[in-house]
Amino acid sequence: MSGFLQHTFNGLVGGAFYALLALGLAVIFGMLRVVNFAHGAFYMLGAFGAYVLLTEVGVPFWGALVIVPVVLGLFGMALERAFIHRLTRLDPLYNFLLTFGLTLILQDLVKSRYGVQSSPYATPAGLQGSVDFGLFTFPTYRVFVLGFAILACLGVWWLLTHTRIGMVVRAATERPELTRAFGINVGRWVTPVFGFGIALAGAAGVLAAPMRAVNPLMGTDLIIVVFAVVVIGGLGSIFGSVAAGFGIGLLQAWGEAYLSETAPILAQTLVFIVMAVVLLWRPAGLFGREESPA
Amino acid sequence: MLRIENLSAWYGEAQVLRDVSLEVATGEVVTLVGRNGAGKSTLLRCAMGLHAGQRGTVELDGRDVTKLPAYRRARLGLGWVPDDRGSYATLSVTENLTLPPAVGPDPWSLERVYEAFPALYERRDSAATMLSGGEQQMLALARVLRMGARLMLCDEPTEGLSPLLVQQVGEILRQAKQHGVTVLLVEQNLHFATGVADRHYLLAEGRIAEAMDNSEVRSRERELLSYLGI
Repeated sequence: MSGFLQHTFNGLVGGAFYALLALGLAVIFGMLRVVNFAHGAFYMLGAFGAYVLLTEVGVPFWGALVIVPVVLGLFGMALERAFIHRLTRLDPLYNFLLTFGLTLILQDLVKSRYGVQSSPYATPAGLQGSVDFGLFTFPTYRVFVLGFAILACLGVWWLLTHTRIGMVVRAATERPELTRAFGINVGRWVTPVFGFGIALAGAAGVLAAPMRAVNPLMGTDLIIVVFAVVVIGGLGSIFGSVAAGFGIGLLQAWGEAYLSETAPILAQTLVFIVMAVVLLWRPAGLFGREESPA
Repeated sequence: MLRIENLSAWYGEAQVLRDVSLEVATGEVVTLVGRNGAGKSTLLRCAMGLHAGQRGTVELDGRDVTKLPAYRRARLGLGWVPDDRGSYATLSVTENLTLPPAVGPDPWSLERVYEAFPALYERRDSAATMLSGGEQQMLALARVLRMGARLMLCDEPTEGLSPLLVQQVGEILRQAKQHGVTVLLVEQNLHFATGVADRHYLLAEGRIAEAMDNSEVRSRERELLSYLGI
């Protein structure tokens, strides 16, 4: 029983990263109709940002958790203005080429400076040790990560449902052309929304630094699963991406715990099998809607 | 109020409007009738600024708005009532109503909208797409009244509605007209059209084939109906 709870908790923590990244991808896709293949690279930059701030400037984890998302968000907005906004009028192929190209550039820039080996990042002060829940104990830092991700998702949900900006984003996500016909300058919100999505990826990266190896390729492995998450949840569906993020985290943790000895291949491919089944059964994803024409 | 001159429009290679010119004066209700595919909806989309492949000019109050994007035209007082009613599934009824910014000289307050449309008030917190077809049509009309549109562009507001609801739509349009709102209406229902409109344009194969007044439409109703294939 306590073993199962342990796996479940680990799954939720893993899912927290998927949820934060998928949430950013979802809002970006919703507003821009751009699939940001560079999202994993921004996650990596987030982790490196925390690492560099600590080792070269002496800024601790808490400072990094504020500074890195803000800086990356601004960087994302600049990229959107310079390159990304040109994609809306082009064939989707260019979307892939540009954002994937960005990934390679960002990865290699980091690689050329810091190499490919992993850099350690100490668990921040105040979050060391573990929390005793009676039946089981969990590392304090992981409890914090899970809490942070849940609060971030709830915060985004609140923004979307209780503010005028949120209403505009929902409307523009659902029907961009119609929303313009109602006097709303959808284009004005595109850049900040892109920056916000990138900031979320940056925050996920900072959170990952003390838990996972900080290296230039850390985003690559993760982003493949995140895309499966986004497809399962429904591209552009905010709720779907968060729910699928945690769901897939759980599935992976359980698969690893209970299937890796009996059926290792199944454990590794579980996520993609689920994705294939979902696509066959509901092509728009579990919480997605078919695109409407206008 | 609205002046369209030598408007041509294309969908890819196919030309759907050929040199259309028309005018709608302030306070008028004008309909566009014609068969499916005659270009009626495209003409409305061009007026709203939602159609990319076009040539010609669109003037609003004497101002050339041909190059203005749709959101700027909306802020000049164009109200968009799309053929699919434009309900947002992710927005509640109230949010659907308050999404467009108030623009005109006489934007309705939410209270006034709910007083005039009690059925919408009852469902104010529901997702708009959960409403019945008739309620969604009321919502689409109420939305542009709330924003204070001076010119409503309505694409077949009576399509698929019961006779009772068609009457209600007519009543709303007549009241809007009384408040000085101008209406350009795509309509297949000739009986309805003559009941609410002042004038009519018959579109055929992307051209304005005829301009008619109410008495002419009434006297030629049978001929027109068989032409429209209804």
